[in-house]
Formats: sequence, C-alpha cells, structure tokens
Amino acid sequence: MAAYLARRLIQAILILFGVSLVTFFLLFVLPADPARQLAGRSATIETVESIRHELGLDRPFHVQYLRYLGALASGDLGRSYQQKTNVSTLIAARLPATLLLMVGAIFCELLIGLTMGIAAALRRGRITDQLLMIVSFVAVSAPQFVVGVLLLYVFAVNLGWFPIGGYGSFAHLVLPALTLGILGAGWYARMMRSSMVDVLRQDYMRTAKAKGLKPGVVLAVHALPNAILPIIAMIGIDIGIFMSGIVVVESVFGWPGIGQLAWQAIQQIDIPIIMGVTLVSACAIIIGNLIADLIAPLIDPRIKLR
Amino acid sequence: MTLATAPQGAARTSILTARRLGKVFADFAKRPLALFGLIAILGVSIAAIFAPLLAPYPPGEQFFDGLTLEGAPLPPNETFLLGTDLLGRDLMSRLLYGARTSLVIGIVANGIAVVIGSMVGVTAGFFGGIVGSALMRFTDLMMAFPALLLAIVLAAILSPSLWIVVLVIAMVNWTQIARITFTETRSLSEREFVEAEWSIGAGRARILFRHILPHLVPTMLVWGTLGVATTVLLEATLSFLGIGVQPPTPSWGNIIFESQTYFTSAPWLVFIPGACIVVLALGFNLVGDALRDILDPTQKGRF
Repeated sequence: MAAYLARRLIQAILILFGVSLVTFFLLFVLPADPARQLAGRSATIETVESIRHELGLDRPFHVQYLRYLGALASGDLGRSYQQKTNVSTLIAARLPATLLLMVGAIFCELLIGLTMGIAAALRRGRITDQLLMIVSFVAVSAPQFVVGVLLLYVFAVNLGWFPIGGYGSFAHLVLPALTLGILGAGWYARMMRSSMVDVLRQDYMRTAKAKGLKPGVVLAVHALPNAILPIIAMIGIDIGIFMSGIVVVESVFGWPGIGQLAWQAIQQIDIPIIMGVTLVSACAIIIGNLIADLIAPLIDPRIKLR
Repeated sequence: MTLATAPQGAARTSILTARRLGKVFADFAKRPLALFGLIAILGVSIAAIFAPLLAPYPPGEQFFDGLTLEGAPLPPNETFLLGTDLLGRDLMSRLLYGARTSLVIGIVANGIAVVIGSMVGVTAGFFGGIVGSALMRFTDLMMAFPALLLAIVLAAILSPSLWIVVLVIAMVNWTQIARITFTETRSLSEREFVEAEWSIGAGRARILFRHILPHLVPTMLVWGTLGVATTVLLEATLSFLGIGVQPPTPSWGNIIFESQTYFTSAPWLVFIPGACIVVLALGFNLVGDALRDILDPTQKGRF
C-alpha cells in the first residue's frame, strides 16, 4: 500500500510537471501579449517593452519556465499581472466557493441519478423505465449553459423561488449545483440502472426472496448496497467533469469561484493565474482518479492495486 | 494511471462484413430511440445542406419591421416564424444557417480527433516500446487537463474562427479515443488469430491492416458517433462564451451568446437555439449508444 501510494505520488508529480510545461509552452508560443494587455491600448512601445522586461517576458522560454518551476517547487504560484496579488492567495480565496458548489453538485447528481436509476431498474422494460432513460439521454445532451439559463428562467425569474445569481446563502447554491449536477445525474442514472439490473439477477436475490423476506427488506438490505457501491467509486472521476463545467456554470450564475477567476484571467491574459488554476484543476483530477482507484478494491476485492 | 472510462476486457467485436452490416441495420431499425436519433441527425443535416432554400430570409439581413417601435426583438409571429433577434434578423433563417456551423464543426473536429486518437492508440498498442509508452504517458498527461479550460484558453488567445475552433476541439478531444484504441489494439495483438498470422510469417503491415485495423472499425464508429455529441456541445459552449465561431456567422451557441442577457424579455432567443443544440447532441448520443449496444454488447448500458 505504502509503495503503491509512493508510486502514485511520483506519477502525480510527473503529470503536474508535464501539465505545467505544456500550459507554459502554449502560453509562450500562442500570440498572446500580456505586456500589451497590461499597458493598455494607448501605451507607447517603450512602456510595453519596459513592462515586458519587468515581468521577465523578454527572456527565452527555458529561463522563464525554469524560474516558474523553481518558485513552484517552494509552493509559490507567482503574482497576478493584473491584480498584483499572489496567485495562491487569489485561488485560496476562491476555492471554498468552488468546493461548496462541487459538493452541492455531487449531492444533486447522486440524489437525482441514483433515484432515477433505481426506479428504472425496478420497472425494467416498462414505460417508466423507457421514459427515465430518455430523460437521462436528454440530460447528457444538454449544454450546461442552456440548463443553467432555463433553471434561472423558470425558478428564479418566473417562480421567484431562488435568487437570480450571486453567493452567500443556501438558496444561492441550489440552482448552480443543480445545473452542474444534471449532466452527471443522467450519467449516474444509466450506470445505476445497469448495476441494479445486474444485482437483481444474482442468485442471492432469489435466495433472499425464497427465504421469505419482505420485498422492501430484500431491496434495502441485499439489492441497494451491492448496486450502489460500484457507482460511488465513480465520484472521483466526476471531478474532472466538474472542473470543466465550473467556468460556464460560475459565469452563468455569477458564482465567485475559481472558474470565474480563470475566465477573467484568460480574457486578460493573466498568465500566472491561468497557470495556477490549471495546476489546481489538474491536482483535483489526479486526486479524484486516485480516490476512484483506491475505493475500487475495497468494493470489489477482485480488483488489485497495481 | 488507470482510467475507468477505458473499456475493460478483451475486444469482442468482430469485423464488419457486408452480411453483418445488414444485421446491424436490421437491429438498429428495431430500436425506436435509435431511429429517433437518426431522424434528428438527418433533419439537422437537411436543414444545413438546404439552408439557402429553406431559410425565409438571408441570415444577416436586419429588418426594419423586425424590431418593435422600442427596438426590442419580436416574439414568434406570422412574418417571422420563430421571432427576430436583437438586431431585427430572422431567427429561423439564422438557426438554419447555424446548423451548418454545428454540423461541420461536430463532424470535422471529431473526425480529426478520431484520426489523431486512433493513430496514437494503435501505434502505442501495436508497436509498443519506448515510443508507445511515451505516447500513452502523453495521453495520460492530456487527460489530466481540464478539457474545457484548455479549450477556452486556446480559443480565447487564438483569434477565433471556424477552423481554429475545429482545431482546438480536435486537440482536446482525441485522448479518450487514444485510450480506447490502445486497450483494444493491445488485447487484439494477443489474440490467437494474430499469433497464428505471426507464426505463418505474416509481416507487420499485413497484420496491422488486414487484422487489427478492421477490428477497430466498430469501436471507432461507436466513439466517433458519441464524440460528435460532445463536440457539438463543446462548440456551443465556446461560442456561448464568445470565443467560438464569431458573429455575423451564425452558430447556435453564438446566437445564445448575443442574446443571453435578454433571456427574461426575449426567452425564445435563448431557448429555441438551446433546443436545437440538445436535439442534435441527443441524436448523436442515441445513435452512438444504439451502435454500441449492437456492435459491442460488453459495453451495454455505459456512456
């Protein structure tokens, strides 16, 4: 176990190194000029050049990258060009909002997805099953910004149940979390259905029924735990999908998380923030995958950690 | 890093012969959802191909009577069947031309992604060695990137045009195909019929082109179809953020981008294009899912 974790840690560091190199390189070769962006439209060439020099952007690629890497090794993500603050401070300030949104989204997708999947499996082949599966297909085919604006239109504008955007209370969380969770709910509904259908076919289900247990007990004690466990292991994988979704969802709802921070930084070509958010997202994805891989053998002992 | 999205177990698909193709079609025709998906795709394709004939007005024309006296867009009415946008342009005409953008990007970008992905996956899986493991490590690396964030960075910095969007999407979407074709190529290479070929002295090229690649066709078909849905959504998302296809070229995403702040007063400008996106992505998802059920029963019920 310790050896496994050590190997995964080394892998993670290598991947993060690669992610930083690729992102840094892309930002270096792409025709984006942070110095000009920072200087403003009316700045003279001399001003732009002096800003470029000040930021160290006139150095060759390897010098810039090694300097970044050196700072990164001591936990320093650099300073934002536009906001003149440490990137780690900016990210730390935004991270709680994004994590809250993620927790809300995971709750929504499990609640909706698992319920739909269980209901469909129990009504297998009937009209309820087919309708639920159509709904799950629509859920994975709907762009998040359309879902978000639709929820805003129905529940915030017309019904007035929730605020139209912003941050601060539980009511603010519901719609963005739902928007982020609906995509995953469609996904979970289908996986839960097939997992449940598999379990319902097992011999121990027949045994449980044959020894005279009530159908409710059979379901709650024998079917559900066995069917849900493999699905829970998938949550780790979801984190990557969430990391992709937050930019859009946070921008639709004005949610002050790292997605908005990234979007703003991308528009201003604020390279340190773009680098920082990309690395944090990659970390989240790596941790998510690790969690999924660690849970898998606990659920199914046939799976070995390799 | 093991990824749960990669299929487990041996590739059990077989070569698509003309006879088996007939069975696939027959099986496909028995599935109402798959047929609905096919109709959705065909409908959008017809709209895209015949847009100039079907559109009641030119997509860029701003009508004087296309706005109210206060300058607000018109809701659906007799002259403008689906209403007008903020500049007084006919929404239906823009949607018909927008279908071209979505389809072209969906099919071309995903086609490129499938080609890159399978080249990487097959090379790594069949030839292996240092090049093979380097390719797969690079794939793992690209999978650790939040795909949308990477696409947004690329699209925002490169001045966006239709072909830039195609390239950006292809660059972030090839990884999954690479993983899947890698796993399948590896397991195919260990199968008896490939070993038999080696033993009778067949060359690498013969094994690769006569045996490995034909067996990968069903997988590529399935993931190629499902990938178009992802691509359509990604294009719409980039255009919605204003960094995809640029106005005045209509795209379903940028129609929503232009009018999103008015969604309370002009909801048709957001929800009708939104519905178009859902229908097209749904079509490809339904067809892809049916193809997977038919061609690869081991993967049934997964996305």
